Amino acid sequence: MNATKLHDWHLAAGAKMAPFAGYDMPITFPLGAVEEHLVTRSSVGLFDIDHMGQVEVSGPGADAFVDRMVSARILDMKVWDARYSLLLNDRGTVIDDLFVYRLPSSWWIVVNASNRLEDVAWFGKHKPAGVTLVDHSDDTYMIAVQGPRAMELLDIAANAKISDYPRFTSGRAEVVGVPCLVGRTGYTGEDGVELFFPAADAVKVWTGLIAAGEKYGIVTKAIGLAARDSLRFEAGMPLHGHEISQDILPLEAGFKWACDFDKDFVGKAALLKAQEAGLTRKLVTVEVKGGVPREGYEVQDESGRTVGKVVAGMFCPTVKKFAANVLVDPAVSKIGTALRVIIRNKPVPAAVVKRPLYVPAYRR
Amino acid sequence: MTIDKNARYRSSHEWVRKDGNEMVVGISDHAQEALGDIVFVELPEVGKTIKQGETFGVIESVKAASDMYMPVGGKITAVNDGLSGDPAAVNREPYAGGWMIRFAPSDPKEWDGLMDPVAYEAECGKE
Repeated sequence: MNATKLHDWHLAAGAKMAPFAGYDMPITFPLGAVEEHLVTRSSVGLFDIDHMGQVEVSGPGADAFVDRMVSARILDMKVWDARYSLLLNDRGTVIDDLFVYRLPSSWWIVVNASNRLEDVAWFGKHKPAGVTLVDHSDDTYMIAVQGPRAMELLDIAANAKISDYPRFTSGRAEVVGVPCLVGRTGYTGEDGVELFFPAADAVKVWTGLIAAGEKYGIVTKAIGLAARDSLRFEAGMPLHGHEISQDILPLEAGFKWACDFDKDFVGKAALLKAQEAGLTRKLVTVEVKGGVPREGYEVQDESGRTVGKVVAGMFCPTVKKFAANVLVDPAVSKIGTALRVIIRNKPVPAAVVKRPLYVPAYRR
Repeated sequence: MTIDKNARYRSSHEWVRKDGNEMVVGISDHAQEALGDIVFVELPEVGKTIKQGETFGVIESVKAASDMYMPVGGKITAVNDGLSGDPAAVNREPYAGGWMIRFAPSDPKEWDGLMDPVAYEAECGKE
């Protein structure tokens, strides 16, 4: 089991820890998952996401290589832009979802911890001579600073106008004296940044941000993975292994927007074929009245016919609703459709609702 | 961890307290702490008779659903309806506002077989 450089800090703070993607990670802090979620929506949440991986691609031919490997259009990106994309296999299903940064002389690709080795192998398999692929995951630390007051905190901690960075761009800045790559990105639906810096400085950055929050009266709290999950869920962001996976096409999960059909990319042919044949499933969000819908629960239509299974479900603290993401028969995917989720052998009324439950800050 | 000295306990962490001829049930402070934030509670219908050791309801935290068991068998006379709007009361005050059910015991002697506060505290220390 791996431990992040903040492991001791988490234990001292009283976090409940559990294994995630090979790391012993904080699931909740004593504040509790619900309050952690709410404080991220009202002020600032700090997330230790060192388990995330970072891969750098450079060299002659790197542009064409990355362009062909990822589903999104990237060649129009300016230096410092950051963009969401998918990594597909030849069947068109999702190996991973990524954030791709265009740096001055390389591509910086942020990958999920649990898929890192498979991602690196997949890139490696297609990599032409002359392109260099370096996995920086072990020497790079990653912390997310998220919330409506995150940019205010960052401007103080960096003594620079990080808040001038447009959304989905990045830059280099010293945060509490540590040189960082700063991306105005995140996974909570709030404004904020993700910081990349040398792993040795993890405690310095983390405690420095907390100290700055205290000094300037900006409530800044450590947030565990439980709240990270409910924050991303409410904001309509996918978690690999749930809304997207190697068993799910991006078209089924509503990620056609992350696929650029004007270019060639790995998996495109399979997607075109699936589109022509007609999709058999569609990802919807349902609101459930009376119980917590959880992964694996069966979903039926009003006649009792099975129409899908819950891929992720939970209590959503901001909107105060129980909701689930379900891959359903497209015939029952319209907003307002009455369904039922089988909770402990009992059908509980549910209805398809508009996604996302919480509109992310960058779309407001 | 706090313990209600007037209650008796099951190893599955329900407490039961005598209140006149009736008994009141909830989950212990140790249990709410281990479960984390409670987001939903499912309770039985008033009038239902449930035997000792059988499930009377379900408590759902952020991470999981757990059954709750009757410490003593009996007929349900009241349930805590307030928990539907405020399940977090179980976290805040597990022995007071976070109570679950009230019932008329079928055999009050079943109480005698439950753990007293000292035994329960020792049991929690073993976990």
